[in-house]
Amino acid sequence: MQSNVNALKNKIKQNLAFSVLIAALCITLLFLGFMIFFIAKNGIGVISWEFLTQPPRDGMMYGGIAPAIVGSFLLVMGAIVFALPLGVATAIYLQEYSPSNTALRIINLGINNLAGVPSIVFGLFGLAVFVRLFGFGVSVLSGSLTLGILILPAIIAASQEAIMAVPLSFREASLALGATQSQTITRVVVPSAAPGILTGIILAIGRAGGETAPILFTAATFYKRGFPTGPMSEVMALPYHIYALMAEGVNPERQTLIAYGCALVLLALVIIIALSAIIVRNKHRSSYGH
Amino acid sequence: MATSTNQSEIKVKVENLNFYYGAVQALKNINIDVYANKVTALIGPSGCGKSTLIRTFNRMCDLVPTKKVDGQILLDGENILEKHTDIVSLRRRVGMVFQKPNPFPKTIFQNIAYGLEIQGIKDKSLLRHKVETSLQKAALWDEVKDRLNQSALGLSGGQQQRLCIARALAIEAEVVLFDEPCASLDPISTAKIEELILELKKNYTIIIVTHNMQQASRVSDYTAFMYLGDLIEFGVTKQIFTLPKHPKTEAYLSGRFG
Repeated sequence: MQSNVNALKNKIKQNLAFSVLIAALCITLLFLGFMIFFIAKNGIGVISWEFLTQPPRDGMMYGGIAPAIVGSFLLVMGAIVFALPLGVATAIYLQEYSPSNTALRIINLGINNLAGVPSIVFGLFGLAVFVRLFGFGVSVLSGSLTLGILILPAIIAASQEAIMAVPLSFREASLALGATQSQTITRVVVPSAAPGILTGIILAIGRAGGETAPILFTAATFYKRGFPTGPMSEVMALPYHIYALMAEGVNPERQTLIAYGCALVLLALVIIIALSAIIVRNKHRSSYGH
Repeated sequence: MATSTNQSEIKVKVENLNFYYGAVQALKNINIDVYANKVTALIGPSGCGKSTLIRTFNRMCDLVPTKKVDGQILLDGENILEKHTDIVSLRRRVGMVFQKPNPFPKTIFQNIAYGLEIQGIKDKSLLRHKVETSLQKAALWDEVKDRLNQSALGLSGGQQQRLCIARALAIEAEVVLFDEPCASLDPISTAKIEELILELKKNYTIIIVTHNMQQASRVSDYTAFMYLGDLIEFGVTKQIFTLPKHPKTEAYLSGRFG
């Protein structure tokens, strides 16, 4: 009898705990869903073929946002191209070669701190170093490098995690077959870690695409008639364009709607880039038999 | 040399081998002669140093940063514990099969070809030939010939272990080390691996660590009994199992400790 009561008590506790967890999940999804719905509802009205393919005109009130789409795309891709090899190479060094645990701890501490630096500081750093010191000017190049540094800690951390998760037995198998350490890293460790590294990149894409402060002084311009012509040209970028629409101009109502449209496009752009990374990851996973 | 059938030929000679993990001495003055084309079993209770010993034969023990080793291991008369020993070529000559099957998360074909590709072999028909003959030697070819391009992780544990054996044979190892190869396998898979070991000794020199006394008596020609880092007794398997000279060996084999 007593044990029945206890069993019932445990069952109620179990159900209660489960309900709390479900509720937490629902609240999270609710916020996310509401945000997407709100942006989509307000932004969908201005989306048209012209909006996606034409430059803005009449004080940004009409026309489209194509240069900002292209600009944001270039900035994100540039940041990835810069940060991916550097970040993965750093992670490989730290995990596979680094001399001592103390050194590793200190370097990791530094990297983690870098991740906590406010993005406007990266913007100022980019201005001082890439724009001024290196003389790259306000350009796609400067902006990409600044965004690259911003996402570097995330890529290093994700790569380190992924490399650490590769079982020791794979390394042993490779070394026992007469592979050198570098062959083991390039042919076994990195391919096995690639899905985890790609997950890090997917998150980094979202971060790089949405940041305004780092490109404020390094790459972005309010208004540019044509498309960027090369790595040294100034660009419009979606987050900065949203900011400009909301902060300046003479027709706040119309501009707010366009800003929502931009936000929707930015969301879509990030999702598209991230999706392609996910497709690459899944393809890789199935070819490596995970 | 590996294929020689000369009964008395010594393939690996361990002389006064001491091994330390930091301050802990794991191997104490070990002397063993491993004969070519014979199976030598290393037995003893957990922590006796048999896994450490087998890992010195292909210098896998180098992965432990705090290790210290002195003495000699002569492979065909050449000391492999020298500083200048070419570890890459040593490991090609001395293959290893691990306790748990550890195929790469690649296809069956890629698993076997890996050891050849890292040597720079790119010739597709040569690779195909080597993959096929290695799988045949490991008695796995008939089971996998139609699925070479599928993931090796889809194989059963026993098949995976035979794949790992084939992988070691593909690079033309002369000595094959087995570190408790059947520890995670069912009895049927175990029987297949044992059968394979007996077949392989015609062309290879085999050293096997095992916790299974019956396995040692079934597959090995020579047995070394180790205890707490000491080599207690080494000799012909039949003699060790029927007439052990040392009381500790006798006690271990009769199950009184271990």
